[in-house]
Amino acid sequence: MKTIDELIHHTSEWLKGSGPYSDIVISSRVRLARNLNGIPFPHRLNKKQAEKVLEMVEEATKKIDFLKNSIFIRMQDLDSIDKQFLIERHLISYDHARPDNQRGLVLEESEVISIMVNEEDHLRIQVMQSGFNLFEALSIINRIDDALSENLDFAFLPDYGYLTSCPTNTGTGLRGSVMLHLPALVMTRQINRMLSAIAKLSFTTRGLYGEGSEAKGNFFQVSNQVALGHNEDEIISNLNALIRQVIEQEEMARQNLYTNQRAFLEDKIWRSFGILKSAHIISSQETIDLLSLVRLGVDLNIIKGLNRQTINRLFLITQPAHLQKIENKKLSSQERDLKRAEIIRKTLEAVT
Amino acid sequence: MLCDLCGKNQATVHLTEIVDNEVTELHLCEECARAKSIEMEQQFGLGDLLAGLAEFAKGIEPTESIKLKCPNCELSYDDFKKIGKLGCSQCYTTFKKYLSPLLKKIHGSNKHIGKAPVKLAHTLNNRKSLTLEELRQKLQRAIEMEEFEEAARIRDQIRELEKKQNKDENNR
Repeated sequence: MKTIDELIHHTSEWLKGSGPYSDIVISSRVRLARNLNGIPFPHRLNKKQAEKVLEMVEEATKKIDFLKNSIFIRMQDLDSIDKQFLIERHLISYDHARPDNQRGLVLEESEVISIMVNEEDHLRIQVMQSGFNLFEALSIINRIDDALSENLDFAFLPDYGYLTSCPTNTGTGLRGSVMLHLPALVMTRQINRMLSAIAKLSFTTRGLYGEGSEAKGNFFQVSNQVALGHNEDEIISNLNALIRQVIEQEEMARQNLYTNQRAFLEDKIWRSFGILKSAHIISSQETIDLLSLVRLGVDLNIIKGLNRQTINRLFLITQPAHLQKIENKKLSSQERDLKRAEIIRKTLEAVT
Repeated sequence: MLCDLCGKNQATVHLTEIVDNEVTELHLCEECARAKSIEMEQQFGLGDLLAGLAEFAKGIEPTESIKLKCPNCELSYDDFKKIGKLGCSQCYTTFKKYLSPLLKKIHGSNKHIGKAPVKLAHTLNNRKSLTLEELRQKLQRAIEMEEFEEAARIRDQIRELEKKQNKDENNR
């Protein structure tokens, strides 16, 4: 891979719709916050120092076997569509798209591994997996972290662990997140109870695009809040155990709807399918809401002849920046709504 | 004109956003504007919350904390209270007295027990590695929780440790 333009042609590893419990869990992600010893944190860096950090990280990543199929991107070289494109693929945060400093991105070909440089911390290492796969993600990220720590002097104190810009990440610097699709818990109005239970256990719930984004439609991202006082395994095990329970609840709710309210459920699913199959103008929000129900239809085998990967891909390529990358030009909101509807119609054409 | 976000209601709120020297105009109905402003407020929420927590920590030694400055990056504790972010790794040593209770408040603990950078891990004398007994307890817990993947990993750790200890004994 040489440029991010090539990404449009392949499906990110985490969107493959495979892996354990991939009917309910879209993806599992872990990230580590790391900083360089003695160098001011990114929000206190001047341009020259920030550039120096980019160089140091670029140099270090070149020496790592895991990252040999990766590219190093300087964010200022990207236009706003490219940045939005990376946000839509969950490779960078909203904050990282801001033009206020020298920021970088290490991006590995399969999009499993990415490292944001000079985001809130000098390094934000991320590993994404399809389905419910937190332990695999943790094991990969540990190896990358160990390799990087041989080449970079990470800020660390035995008492406090890894030192981060924001004290909420101090310690392990670890955050595990799981993206869940919970249409049945939403439909049966049990979701708020579930979310408040999650909050009580000091985990957080966010929307599709992480920090600051609201939960849109039926997608929820659950992550740990505590980073200090537990080791990495415990943090991920606790999150894992919590997610297992959420999955169980969603499964029960789905079964309940399927058995007791079959007509209601099928009506909702086929209506959504009908609109997607025939619409000529459609917004990105409406697409997400309707695709969510179609996905449920596929999960419950109500809709046949359509697989999860195709739906996952539709979720992604109908996002604003993806549409513009496909068309290779700027599109107004109205033009996007037309193009989006066209792509969806074409994809669903053969499905009955 | 209809609202850009919901596309249903009449747009009455007009926002101009400048990102990357590019001007985007956003026309919103009242409902969406309200939602958007809540979203924006929430983004500031964490800083405020942290500032509040730092204030709490400050109560322990109020006068000194105001003056104290990090010699490495020149961030003062007052700056930290305002922005909720530390300036560099040395701030942790400089503000240790105030940060310790703050970290405890945030995480319920102020003692790291997780991993360390490879280079340091050796000098830390492996004091963080679990004993066989601790690992066996962990394995038992994992089995009870039906976390079989986790259990398998712990089992491998136990095997490795047993192997190592046998070797150590043979070498003695």
